[in-house]
Amino acid sequence: MWRRCLFTGMFAWLAAAAPASAYVAYVSNEKGNTVTVIDTDSWSVTNTIKVGQRPRGIEFSHDGKFVWVAVGDDDTIQVIDTKTQQIVDTLPSGPDPELFTQDAAGKTMYVANENDNTVTVIDLEKRSRIGDIQVGVEPEGMAVSPDGKILINTSETTSMAHFIDTATRQVVASVLVDSRPRFAVFKQDESELWVSSEIGGTVSIIDPAKRVVTGKITFDIPGLRSEAIQPVGIGMTKDGKTAFIALGPANRVAVVDATTHKVLKYLLVGQRVWHMDFTPDEKYLMVTNGVSNDVSVIDVAAQKVIKTIQVGELPWGVTIGKP
Amino acid sequence: MFRWLIGAIALSLVASQALAADPIEIHIGYLGRAGVKETLSLAEQPAANDGVAGANLAIEDNNTTGKFLNQHFVLDEVRVKDTDDVAKVATDLASRNDYIITDLSADALLKVADALRDRGTLLLNAGATDDRLREQDCRANVVHVAPTRSMLADALGQYLVWKQWKRWLLVVGSHEPDKLYADALRRAATRFGAKIVQERTFEDTGGARRTDSGVTLIQRQMPVFTQQAPAYDVLVAADESEVFADYLPYRTWDPRPVAGSAGLVPTSWDAAHDQWGAIQIQNRFIKLNNRHMTALDMQAWTAARMIGEATARTNSNDPKKVIAFLKGPSFSVAAFKGTRLTLRDWNLQLRQPILLADGRMVVSVSPQEGFLHQVSELDTLGVDRPETKCKLQ
Repeated sequence: MWRRCLFTGMFAWLAAAAPASAYVAYVSNEKGNTVTVIDTDSWSVTNTIKVGQRPRGIEFSHDGKFVWVAVGDDDTIQVIDTKTQQIVDTLPSGPDPELFTQDAAGKTMYVANENDNTVTVIDLEKRSRIGDIQVGVEPEGMAVSPDGKILINTSETTSMAHFIDTATRQVVASVLVDSRPRFAVFKQDESELWVSSEIGGTVSIIDPAKRVVTGKITFDIPGLRSEAIQPVGIGMTKDGKTAFIALGPANRVAVVDATTHKVLKYLLVGQRVWHMDFTPDEKYLMVTNGVSNDVSVIDVAAQKVIKTIQVGELPWGVTIGKP
Repeated sequence: MFRWLIGAIALSLVASQALAADPIEIHIGYLGRAGVKETLSLAEQPAANDGVAGANLAIEDNNTTGKFLNQHFVLDEVRVKDTDDVAKVATDLASRNDYIITDLSADALLKVADALRDRGTLLLNAGATDDRLREQDCRANVVHVAPTRSMLADALGQYLVWKQWKRWLLVVGSHEPDKLYADALRRAATRFGAKIVQERTFEDTGGARRTDSGVTLIQRQMPVFTQQAPAYDVLVAADESEVFADYLPYRTWDPRPVAGSAGLVPTSWDAAHDQWGAIQIQNRFIKLNNRHMTALDMQAWTAARMIGEATARTNSNDPKKVIAFLKGPSFSVAAFKGTRLTLRDWNLQLRQPILLADGRMVVSVSPQEGFLHQVSELDTLGVDRPETKCKLQ
């Protein structure tokens, strides 16, 4: 009896412990018009959700209840309920939404609308559009500063990072970076803002206080012509010490010492590596490989690729959260 | 009286604000030909604003960026007739603009380049594909945005060889530009290991491009013209003059694909191109001009964007500084081709991928995989540095 008790008790403890470390990854497949759901414990595909046309930007809500996916060709953002893994609603973005970000409170969403040079502001509680901000040509990358005061938007053809005051919704500064800026990310201590330039082939380090470029990370991979090195997605650890940068058709992720800005190594992944996300415990990083239709799993501490998982057609973005 | 005073104060406030934020004005000229050429296909007939419509979009794009940099771009369009003195027109345009985008014949462009030689005006050739403008007739004050015939021919040649269609039946028109294009295609065949099994000339005997019962006649003519050819994989047509090439697809004696001036066409742009963010510029262009974007539109857009890019990077309205940067090693421009476009420093030709389009879809983009180069794979297209005859001066 006692033994049985212990046994069931242990079993219950094990069962409870296992899901605590398992997360769920949602991958948007741009051409497949689907979202692939992956269990990060078994690294296996558990579901494929049919979504709208051309899903790209994808993110968990801060409360973990929803996953939002921008379906550009349907001019909207779809809301996936993480419990049922079904589409339950849409958000009124502007035309052709691509990337978006939310404020720390999870109350406001900012959407880059590539087609009309605007950033759309959405009230997440009311799920309604409450404003538009005019920015440069082809807005793309979006990031909110950790203190919530500044929204960064990058515009691709204008080649700028726009600093937008979140209170007044005015552009207060614009910093010129290299061609086709795609992605922006802050260090948690707000000491640096990183912006990747796809065509320029660099990552600009910006001082967010002075709003000037203070340095640039360049990449040099032997045997690869420089045009093939096209930085897009960036993953920065919360301690601000290590960054991972997806290099597009170079088929590699650069591991960068985020303090010295030196490239430590290049990890070979799939073809045309695009965006990425960490598991919430930062043990693993998942990157999407567009042309090879798979995602690579990187062990963050070991800085090694440990797994490749087949997903849908042209995987674009990924977000990871609790189930 | 009181109301008037308020009005005056408000007005003076507005005026002083405008004064404080006076933007730098950058003037770009556009020198094009009057009239449009007649095409065989009615659907391909260029609009009256072909080319300049692209430059206008780039001016809008430059100004969206410019509003954050306090720069304002203005386009100044002038058209010349064949009977006009093009050098005189260009000199007048250069008195108002430091940069001039041109869509001119090779001879006219050379006249303009030589007339403006000592002025410091930069010419951006958006229209002429002639290789000689980048080779023996190259000029230090001309940047070439349009691809050359040899770049276009090489782009096509690489694909046909990749496809294992290595036996070409070359059909050449009887006009000078057709012959120049045929030269480029012959060169491409030699470079990439294709074989021209036979050459035929299609004589232009005159006649209207539009007739009420044209199809019946053409349907009889074209099979006869292409019969008794040695075994071939693909018919390659050189017909820049729009005399016969578009009549060939589906009408050849042997069932073979057509490429070159009809069928699979190498081009710098196509209305169907949507990769690498191109859908965004296509949408912007249609919104502004209510029509699809052509290769000439794209070449003019790129030319005006190059000025915008160099002005933004130098943050200067000194044309000397801007031109030096544009011609320098750190210049590049993004133009929805999946890679940065840079200038060949030996002849100021813009390196660029070339699309292969069939009129409905983009079939492929060259350079093709496997055509390698020690500097840039884009230099597998066209005349490369070791072969150049250009001495910039």
